[in-house]
Amino acid sequence: MSKEDVLKSNINSDLLRPVFKTGIGWYITVAISGSLLLAAMGAFGYQLYSGIGVWGLNRPVMWAFDITNFVFWIGISHAGTLISAILRVTGAEWRRPVTRCAEAITVFALMIGAMFPIVHLGRPYLFYWLAPYPNSRGLWPNYRSPLLWDFFAINTYLLGSLIYLYLPLIPDLALVRDKAKGLRHKIYSIASLGWRGTQVQWSRLEKAVGVMAVIIIPVAVSVHTIVSWDFAMTIRPMWHSTIFGPYFVAGAIFSGIAALIMAMAVIRKVFHLEAYLKPIHFNNLGLLLLTMSLLWFYFTFAEYLTSYYGNERVEKAVFQSKISGAYAPLFWAMVVCCFVIPMPILAIKKLRTISGTVAASALIVVGMWLERFLIIVPTLSQPALPFNWGSYRPTWVEITLTAGTFGYFVLLYAVFTKLFPIVAVWEFKEGLTLADHAGSVAEPQRLVAHGD
Amino acid sequence: MEEKVESKKPQWAMVIDLDRCTGCEACVVACHAENNIRIAGEGPAAGGRSVNWIRVERYYEGEYPDIRVKFMPVMCQHCEEAPCEPVCPVYATYHTDEGLNGQVYNRCVGTRYCANNCPYTVRFFNFLDPVWPEPLSKSLNPEVSVRYRGVMEKCTFCIQRIRKGEDKAKDEGREIRDGDVNPACVQSCTARAMTFGNIADPTSEVARLSKSGRASRLMEELGTKPRVTYLSRGD
Repeated sequence: MSKEDVLKSNINSDLLRPVFKTGIGWYITVAISGSLLLAAMGAFGYQLYSGIGVWGLNRPVMWAFDITNFVFWIGISHAGTLISAILRVTGAEWRRPVTRCAEAITVFALMIGAMFPIVHLGRPYLFYWLAPYPNSRGLWPNYRSPLLWDFFAINTYLLGSLIYLYLPLIPDLALVRDKAKGLRHKIYSIASLGWRGTQVQWSRLEKAVGVMAVIIIPVAVSVHTIVSWDFAMTIRPMWHSTIFGPYFVAGAIFSGIAALIMAMAVIRKVFHLEAYLKPIHFNNLGLLLLTMSLLWFYFTFAEYLTSYYGNERVEKAVFQSKISGAYAPLFWAMVVCCFVIPMPILAIKKLRTISGTVAASALIVVGMWLERFLIIVPTLSQPALPFNWGSYRPTWVEITLTAGTFGYFVLLYAVFTKLFPIVAVWEFKEGLTLADHAGSVAEPQRLVAHGD
Repeated sequence: MEEKVESKKPQWAMVIDLDRCTGCEACVVACHAENNIRIAGEGPAAGGRSVNWIRVERYYEGEYPDIRVKFMPVMCQHCEEAPCEPVCPVYATYHTDEGLNGQVYNRCVGTRYCANNCPYTVRFFNFLDPVWPEPLSKSLNPEVSVRYRGVMEKCTFCIQRIRKGEDKAKDEGREIRDGDVNPACVQSCTARAMTFGNIADPTSEVARLSKSGRASRLMEELGTKPRVTYLSRGD
């Protein structure tokens, strides 16, 4: 038997192993990430009880870690759906083992990001007042507010990505159903919606996934554009910028790919999926990451140069605080993390290995968190009238909440890998079949050819 | 922006003569007493948690001993094109037909977006529940609601006094006139630097003063059309 045949005969057992067998490592991961989440829930409880004053916010810095986390996680969510949709639409064959990890990131990052607009409210229990529902007071939300646009954009995106994650899951749910017994069998029977793998079902699924992939791209782009408009629609220095829409979308995809690469490396290692998530995937995503790094630098350069050249008093104060003032250490750390180190790692072929791309990705995730913080806080701390300038320092509550988001993300992801195959089994098999039938046709062949 | 409705109601406005202001801050104290403004305490105040609906900004020119101090009382400018209003997702801040920038505490969910979009930084958030040390807790003004944590607040032009003045004029069957309404800051200004009234009435003092050659508005280049006018020789 050739190497390829061995792989083929092992696909089911390899990819379903994490669902049916649980190692000690999984429990440790869940325990650690779960405790982080519990700590954050405790911090939030304390905040609910005492008021949002337990955060470090003040006048004029009314937003800080809360909105940083919001923008950061919404950004991470662009990993998935957008990447997988673009790769699907363009028919990039190498995408097959990557799509599901990416789509899962989207849903979880979005769930976490979407919590913050609620968590950060002065009166979080009244968040539903943003929804247009008929009420005895005859009150309606304000459609002119970018926050309301956010409310609709994020809900649309969350619903869309859930559908987009669920549709390609159906055949795999049916696969788990067939292998499982007892209660598990029953649950997966319901979840797989009576999938039997008939020709009609396949063609319908393909059509639905194709339509969703096309729909989700403009939705994802619009979501982060609207998030950027929370800032760009104001008249604050270095917020009121026409470039913010594309700048934020590029930054979101940038941090999203970085998160995806890190998640893939972990999955590959702990579930021994070396034969599925191969160096070629890290190489290709690394090239995509390189493109986004260059694009991010270009946008940042263009944004700061115009502020500098304009030399307006109000803009200059914010600009200088970032370049050489109180925020300079964070600013230059951001430039190093997002560009100076990752760019050469990703550009030099020898360094664009799995560990190379993972190291670059880790830096980029940190750098992009800093970027969001540096967009929000310096502008707020230096309002137009210098008499009101202020500063900001986070409290343990905000730090715990931030740490909790990472714990929550890891927890959700770990649970997901227990419930569903993290590499789409049917998509992978479909790729192999296509490659077989294509024979010497170059495109689908690549996947197998590069299996080193 | 929506069409401005032709309103028969008085249009409230204020004029502050910076050449008369001595920076004594009597207006700040009066505002605190009138509007049940919380006491932050020394530490929180240093951390940016103090609430002063009106503040006296101090700007220094030159080096000691050759120094000049400029005082500028700043409160909500009640902009006709207020940047805080369109960004509120729940209409907690809105424009009244008397040209006031209204703040509905009960409707506010606390996004703090309005404060972020206010170029004058005159909006104050209630980060925690207010506490008044004894005996201040016994001197709360019953005509002004006490704001609890989680909502935004700011200068109202002493809306309670405006209502009272309007009711009085209505009872006497006449139009509103100068002297009917005086916010606490205006009433307490020892230098008589502040004037309040109906700018829609061409005979009123504010209407006359706002046409002065010394008149300017704070950051009017932003197009916010503030209802507060500052008078200064500009030297």
